[in-house]
Amino acid sequence: MASSLIIGQYVPSQSMIHRLDPRTKMIIIFLFVVFVFFANNFMSYGWLTLFAAFTALSTKIRLRYIAKGLTPVWFLIVFTFFLHLFVTHEGDILFRIIGFPIYSGAIAQGIQISIRFFLLILFTSMLTLTTTPIEITDAIETLLNPLKRFRFPVHELALMMSISLRFIPTLMQEAEKISKAQASRGVDFKTGPIKDRIQAVVPLLVPLFVSAFKRAEELAMAMEARGYQGGEGRTKLRALAIERIDWYAFIIFTFVLTGLFILRQ
Amino acid sequence: MDISFKNVSHTYQPNSPFEYTALNDLSFSIDRGSYVAIVGHTGSGKSTLIQHLNGLLKPTSGQVKMGDFTLAPDEKTSNIKMLRKQVGIVFQYPEHQLFEETIEKDIAFGPKNFGATDDEIQERIPKVMQAVQLSEDLLDRSPFDLSGGQMRRVAIAGVLAMNPRVLVLDEPTAGLDPKGQKEMMDMFYSLHESEDLTTILVTHSMEDALEYADHVIILENGKKFMEGNPEDIFVQKEKLQQVQLDIPEKIAFLKAFEERFSRDMPYVHSDMKQLAKTIQSVVKGDEIDG
Repeated sequence: MASSLIIGQYVPSQSMIHRLDPRTKMIIIFLFVVFVFFANNFMSYGWLTLFAAFTALSTKIRLRYIAKGLTPVWFLIVFTFFLHLFVTHEGDILFRIIGFPIYSGAIAQGIQISIRFFLLILFTSMLTLTTTPIEITDAIETLLNPLKRFRFPVHELALMMSISLRFIPTLMQEAEKISKAQASRGVDFKTGPIKDRIQAVVPLLVPLFVSAFKRAEELAMAMEARGYQGGEGRTKLRALAIERIDWYAFIIFTFVLTGLFILRQ
Repeated sequence: MDISFKNVSHTYQPNSPFEYTALNDLSFSIDRGSYVAIVGHTGSGKSTLIQHLNGLLKPTSGQVKMGDFTLAPDEKTSNIKMLRKQVGIVFQYPEHQLFEETIEKDIAFGPKNFGATDDEIQERIPKVMQAVQLSEDLLDRSPFDLSGGQMRRVAIAGVLAMNPRVLVLDEPTAGLDPKGQKEMMDMFYSLHESEDLTTILVTHSMEDALEYADHVIILENGKKFMEGNPEDIFVQKEKLQQVQLDIPEKIAFLKAFEERFSRDMPYVHSDMKQLAKTIQSVVKGDEIDG
């Protein structure tokens, strides 16, 4: 079940994109998400799509795999397209589908909004595909550092994030193990009336909660045993460093943004 | 229930960067009523194998036959629940599957799912509690109040209460104290005998495989590495060491003994006392000769 959804799944490789500093990736992706909304004609959308395709290719992850991972969101993209097709009333009426007038502006807008949606998801999934969860939290911690002045618990937040990210696969494995054990005891998770299927979740959730609490307690103990006492004065094993390749990435991205503003109307 | 695997392969997450073949063209058969040990080091495919025994997984190629049930890649197996009723699996650390408020309810959970009546269940509970050596006073207690070892016993009782014809044990004694391990293995063996079960034991312990099994299958990288009688398999030290396994201590001892006294001491399935007697006679005999 989890295997087909790639959002949040890291694929190891040695590509350029993998080697970028996670902060670089996050800043670029954040800006990309903002500036996607500035594109307003086919030229500018084409330009951004080109950039996204170029980035996807340089991750060296098989495109089939990326596309397969996006399958759950295809539905949303198609849905957005049709929503705009029927709701937008701009331009000339081109033709009618069972009485509904379809406007030329609607088709254009439908396509553009779908592309926008597709670009957002493709680009953000690129972050998690090429960056380990630990790198992401490290980046968030350093990027949020200025907030410390306002007594915002940056370190604690980052720690919470990395612990929960770290334990997602563990809990998923655990859930799979328990559901297999209960299926062997005759629980049917997949067929039968809804009421029965909801009840079938209880034998899965109770053991899962019990083990999650146990794990939390053990983890807290293990951390204390190794002298953990919060973020004050703590050094990093993998210190983040902006290198030449990151500057190149920023230069390319500035170029892309300049192109965007030239091409948009 | 006769079991047969015909050219079974299983690949996890095919066509992705995480593609992994856990079973590779595996064929063997297990006769009804036998006690089979499946041995192999971590990652050799043991856990994947046992999930094929009750249809939790289907082979990605090949065919598994469990009695009248057939599991094959593109075939929809009808009535998989009937298969699961007959194949009881005790997974690794089965105490993690406990969830009910009382021990009694937890033991009754499996049989109830498989349609046993309340009367039948009430009849079975004392039996299985006795089999796992727990006192019936505990029945109203929460399973989470028990010690780890006791929880393990409750979970096993829950599987036994399903009255399976095939009992699959995945390292059932991992993490127990030595005395508990011996008790539990003896308990499974006596159940195997008295209930005429087909038992499949997945284990790391060569000693257990030698002691209880009448057939051994050794897995390596999802393939069958060796198969045969424990007496024949466990004397091939060099071959076993190729796959990071070692010969059982008993046989290691006999081999060392043979070397030291230059006398033939072939292994025959026997208990410690008999072994001691044979050794005594050899030693005494040598003394007289010398």
